[in-house]
Amino acid sequence: MRELWSLLKTVISPGTFNQMLRSATPVALAAMGGALTEHAGIMNIGMDGMILLGAFVGVIGSYLTASAGLGVLAAVGLGVLVGLLFALFVVKLRSDEFIIGCALNTFAAGATAYLSRAIFGLSGTSGHHVTSLPRLHLNFLNHIPFLGKILNHHSVFVYVTWILVLLMWLFVYKTPWGFWLRASGEQPETLRTAGVSPERMQWLASILCGVFCGLAGAHLSLGYLNGTFTENMSNSRGFIAFACVIFSAANPSKAYLAALMFGFFDALGYRLQGVISSDLTATIPYLITVVMMVYVVVRSRRRRKKNLRQHESLGNLS
Amino acid sequence: MPESIIRFDHVSMAFPGVLANDDISLEIRRGEVFALVGENGAGKSTLMNILYGIYEPTEGEVYIRGERVTEHTPRAAIAAGVGMVHQHFKLVPSFTVAQNIVLSREPRRAGIFFDDRKAMALTRELCEEYGLQVDPEAEVRDLGVGEQQRVEILKALYRGADILILDEPTAVLTPQETDELFAVLRRIVREKNMTVILITHKLYEVMAISDRVGILRQGKLVGVEETKNVTQASLASLMVGREVLFDRLEREGTPGESAIVVEHLFVSDSRGLPAVRGVSLSVRAGEVLGIAAIEGNGQSELLEAVCGLRKPDSGKVLVCGADVTGRDPGAVRGAGLAHIPEDRLRTGVSEEASISDNLLTGRQRDKRFLRFGFHLKADAVRQYTKELYERYDVRSGGIETPAGDMSGGNLQKIVVAREFSFDTPALVIAQPTRGVDIGASEFIHERIMEKRNHGCAILLSSADLDEVLRLSDRIITLYEGAVTGEFEAGAVTREQLGYYMTGDRTQEAANET
Repeated sequence: MRELWSLLKTVISPGTFNQMLRSATPVALAAMGGALTEHAGIMNIGMDGMILLGAFVGVIGSYLTASAGLGVLAAVGLGVLVGLLFALFVVKLRSDEFIIGCALNTFAAGATAYLSRAIFGLSGTSGHHVTSLPRLHLNFLNHIPFLGKILNHHSVFVYVTWILVLLMWLFVYKTPWGFWLRASGEQPETLRTAGVSPERMQWLASILCGVFCGLAGAHLSLGYLNGTFTENMSNSRGFIAFACVIFSAANPSKAYLAALMFGFFDALGYRLQGVISSDLTATIPYLITVVMMVYVVVRSRRRRKKNLRQHESLGNLS
Repeated sequence: MPESIIRFDHVSMAFPGVLANDDISLEIRRGEVFALVGENGAGKSTLMNILYGIYEPTEGEVYIRGERVTEHTPRAAIAAGVGMVHQHFKLVPSFTVAQNIVLSREPRRAGIFFDDRKAMALTRELCEEYGLQVDPEAEVRDLGVGEQQRVEILKALYRGADILILDEPTAVLTPQETDELFAVLRRIVREKNMTVILITHKLYEVMAISDRVGILRQGKLVGVEETKNVTQASLASLMVGREVLFDRLEREGTPGESAIVVEHLFVSDSRGLPAVRGVSLSVRAGEVLGIAAIEGNGQSELLEAVCGLRKPDSGKVLVCGADVTGRDPGAVRGAGLAHIPEDRLRTGVSEEASISDNLLTGRQRDKRFLRFGFHLKADAVRQYTKELYERYDVRSGGIETPAGDMSGGNLQKIVVAREFSFDTPALVIAQPTRGVDIGASEFIHERIMEKRNHGCAILLSSADLDEVLRLSDRIITLYEGAVTGEFEAGAVTREQLGYYMTGDRTQEAANET
């Protein structure tokens, strides 16, 4: 009994929630990008590759310039290029987005592994600790019990993400461009006859998605892992981000909550490593993602039925 | 001489392999209702899409208010005061009415934020000004088609249109909704001096609302007339290029035994909700029973259940005396029922297969065509399908053409040819001529009548009331999956049917007597 209590105490500790925020951030950033492409009617499964490329280019940028900030900038620049390339195939050339996403993921895994070995001479990891992103130590937070420990001592990206989530939510639901973006995915011809090019919105969504995934990758290598690149380090976070997008119906703020949920179970996995095999604990967040997706499907079916029933009864009344 | 507001000057539009508009010169006057009629594929929609800037004409010029159109985009057309209500509504289902109306010209706060409150207010103002009632806060996906159409019209008006193009606006409306729409159109023309261009192929609508009418045939403008100087018959012959008979078709013989019997049938739709609620009917040999209903009132589910494509929840279906309730389509066919489905592309043909393959479908196991019991004899197949192809007057590039490359009319002829070739005692026909031009429609109607006169029992459903009236011996109306009335076809009007199609009237009928 006492053992269980102490286990619970380690699990529900500020450290877990601190870790939750850290783990959730790269997923959340990618999910912001995924939400944009989702609204634009593009099924984007290429986010994982975009993250990986961002992670690698971030390290290279930092390695060459000895500045983490320039590393991030390099990752963002590459994100723009990847987004442009993705849009070229998916929007302009009308190729199958699923295939292009797959190709992007495969390409990213191969190219980053090859270049990493060629540049750093090591297989599996870059080995070098390049200049990483600083952590913020906010003194005023130390005075707040529990919460202070959760919110403090993070890489700057954790805080930037909060601002970006808010901005994205405003963009999607409160600005005309957000309306055009959503219309471009839902009814592109409607938007076109209204005089706005839906393709233009889709290009914009793709490019911004590339930028967000680049940021997610840079955070992963420069913030989360203190400046190392390891092969395949995105570790399917792009797919988790995709799951968050679907789970939240591409609502940025809800997608962030979904990412937090992933982060929590990821942190929980770390905490339980002493108790259960670490191979098993590593599967927890993925398992939860599957459960989440099942829940989404069931919920949307129920809701559709309920809506229809309401319609029916309204129809009978009139 | 009234002022001209739109002028097409020798406009031609070529698509790969088709000349959709052929040297069209036409003037439309301010403040008139101009009807543009023609068969499917005559080029009506193409011409209007040019005016709305969706297409750039390959030759010729368009002038709006005397100004030559140089930029062919919807944006430029909107700026020139042209609004278009498309046949398939261009609305975003998850947006509210107000959000749809202001799309692309949103009122803003601080320059960057969408002003939802202002959008609602603007919508309300518009509604009042033009007398079109619709709830600005409702989401479009919750609206009926009539309301959605009002949103489309409001959208055009919001964008400052004083030239309004409507592409087959009444295709989805009940007669009552059509009357309402026409009242609105007359009002905006009279009070706001707007110009309305109506694309249609329903001739009585032309007579009812238009001032002038232009007739297109195979891409050419074959006539522009004052509506008061023409009749439906003269318009029809202009459209088709020959005389068309609009009377009820010749019938002979007396009905025999019931071949299709449905008893207390309950069927759910794909979402699991009740669609057919206790329908009973019977169709006798040598009789056409028509179902008149607005789309989505259970007629599709009813016919699918009869054909074995959908399992009924309860009730009975008998074909030629055999109980086929809940049996698969093969069994129902075996009992003697052939089926022309409403969605010919999805259920009626295989798009990628050739015409020949499509015509043969269902007969591949016929001994005539088999060698050793499994190998198809190419010669026999070719001969057989070629004969059907010719008998049913299919016009395309030969029997090896993929079905997907053909026009709606010819495709439907193939479905009709195949299903009729089974010579079954019972037939279910859904939407026999939807999207089919007048010439082919006439042909299909004649074939259906032939079947009836030869003693086939036919259960027919169509969204086109005139078609139901023309073909049927008896008509039942369906509303919300239940039968609301039964009529002798010769003794009922469109308006009466429309009345019974929009609600359960048994109560009122009881009160009257």
